[in-house]
Amino acid sequence: MEKAILTIRNLKTYFFTRRGTVRAVDGVDFDLLKGECLCLVGESGCGKTVTALSILGLIDTPPGRIVDGEIYYNNVNLLECSPEQVRRIRGKEIAMIFQDAQSALNPVFTIGDQIAEQVKLHLGLNGGEARERAVGLLGEVGIPSPEKEVDYYPHQLSGGMKQRAMIAMSLSCDPQVLIADEPTTAVDVTIKAQILDVFQRLRETHQMSLLFITHELGVVSEIGDRMVVMYAGRLAETATVTELLGNPKHPYTAGLIRCLPDITKARGRLESIPGTVPSLIDPPSGCLFHPRCDQAMAICSQEKPPLVTVNKGHSVFCHLYNGGKSHGEQ
Amino acid sequence: MVNNKLLEVKDLKKYYPVTGGLLARHLGDVRAVDGVSFYIKEGEALGLVGESGCGKSTLGRTILRLEEPTHGEIIYRGMDITKLDKKELRGLRKEIQIIFQDPQSFLDPRMTVGQSVGEALLIHGMKDERERARRVTEILERVGLEGQHALRYPHEFSSGQRQRIGIGRALILDPKLIIADEPVSALDVSIQAQILNLMLDLQEEFGLAYLFIAHDLSVIRQVSQRVAVMYLGKIVELAERGEIFENALHPYTEALLSAIPGRRKGPRILLPGSVPSPLNPPAGCRFHPRCHRVLPICHEEEPQLENVGGEHGEHLVACHLYRV
Repeated sequence: MEKAILTIRNLKTYFFTRRGTVRAVDGVDFDLLKGECLCLVGESGCGKTVTALSILGLIDTPPGRIVDGEIYYNNVNLLECSPEQVRRIRGKEIAMIFQDAQSALNPVFTIGDQIAEQVKLHLGLNGGEARERAVGLLGEVGIPSPEKEVDYYPHQLSGGMKQRAMIAMSLSCDPQVLIADEPTTAVDVTIKAQILDVFQRLRETHQMSLLFITHELGVVSEIGDRMVVMYAGRLAETATVTELLGNPKHPYTAGLIRCLPDITKARGRLESIPGTVPSLIDPPSGCLFHPRCDQAMAICSQEKPPLVTVNKGHSVFCHLYNGGKSHGEQ
Repeated sequence: MVNNKLLEVKDLKKYYPVTGGLLARHLGDVRAVDGVSFYIKEGEALGLVGESGCGKSTLGRTILRLEEPTHGEIIYRGMDITKLDKKELRGLRKEIQIIFQDPQSFLDPRMTVGQSVGEALLIHGMKDERERARRVTEILERVGLEGQHALRYPHEFSSGQRQRIGIGRALILDPKLIIADEPVSALDVSIQAQILNLMLDLQEEFGLAYLFIAHDLSVIRQVSQRVAVMYLGKIVELAERGEIFENALHPYTEALLSAIPGRRKGPRILLPGSVPSPLNPPAGCRFHPRCHRVLPICHEEEPQLENVGGEHGEHLVACHLYRV
């Protein structure tokens, strides 16, 4: 197996609010392998973004705090690094693309200035070199006339172009790891196709590892190698994309796939998952999904499900695949 | 086919003037909706799909006269909506209702759900408080909430529940037509399926017609009987659902279908660039600068929406490739 470039172990990020402790991420483990695209999938509030922000050390403290766990980047535990060390890694070796390019770009600086700022800081280039690099990067992500658009302010670009500018910016220091948080969610479908195309090309040219956060299974099937499904701050299932989409084991993943509107299906009712995502302040006991699960057993409301490996590289947190046994009987 | 048209829109235009300079001179128009014609039959769901800025929401709002049309006719059961006065319009809004994308934004945070849902009853003359409460409970239960929820405030609900409230609010006057403007695009997949199912059930139960506006073709497919595809203020293709999805003719529809991630059959058609400004649309066919099957004539002459016939009846397309 390839080497992991990023390893997350038992990550717990909680937010301490007046109404109680929000367990946004509650014991998450996964590896991002060198050169792969790992998709982090789940519905809103499942902890995908908080996981990404935890990796980059961008959790607002207070109210949030990483209460437990380890995040290894090239065998260095980022949670034990000094803020100065983290700053040197963030943006240079681990870069991030945010969902909403509009709010992530600074409206009072040109696109070129914003890219140049990073490369001057991290790579020590001078003004001219930085600008040249900005033009090159903008061209690479498919902006039609980069020499002109490098001097544009964010408001002069369309949504798709802003998203490209964000991607160019994140690539500016040749990161080892790129974390993309829902980069295709806020754009139209034809633009989405263009952006996915950019990502696919960049993965070939830039040998980087991609952690791609999305809630769209369609996007996952286009771009991902492996995927991790999250539910209410915990992991539900991990496998390769083809394995997971073709042979989902967790009732939640299976439900998600079934309730997707599918253009190959006839008009009519969709299958749906009853109920809503539970509160993270006062989560259900046992398996967090049991109140919505159509295959729930007695044990599901009592015990946290164990990690069961059902296939090579395919593991699932579910009592169904453990013969309904409790931990003691394993 | 002739008599059961519930709503017919003829050559509808909505322009927003752009002014500037010292004397606020008229510099041009943003042609948000530029000559759109279609009809919806009783009890039928017409899907309207297009990308942001194509004018689909403006079209929906103009039908309700939330925006004043610049030109054209909107005929609802034989009467022209564009000619109604304020009082007549109020009567009409009993029959045509709208559901918005974000129920957060149209529910008054200081009104209980019961007040919000029952407000329309009061406006339309139901003074009896107890009768109103009974109707509200009935509707809330019908959309999958509980009667006691009437006493709560919008912030106590999840986004899926709020959309149910929005549907209940639209439904309470027993309308014939509901304009649903992106009703599920802000919801998570598992909730989206619940809301779409609810809308399908209600359509059957109450014989509702929908103008279902969305940017997501797979959602459109799930609810619509016919589908209209809009690009830059115009309808470019309109046909039965099966026709659109199995036998799309317009290159833009082809590209939209091919762009659905993970669900495409053929290769992805990447459209270059983005949607041009409706202030200054391209000459000829508005789609020609991005079209992968462009002909010389497309630069000069604007194609009209014409029936080219399909297996399942009418198939309208505005494209020079299919001129007979």
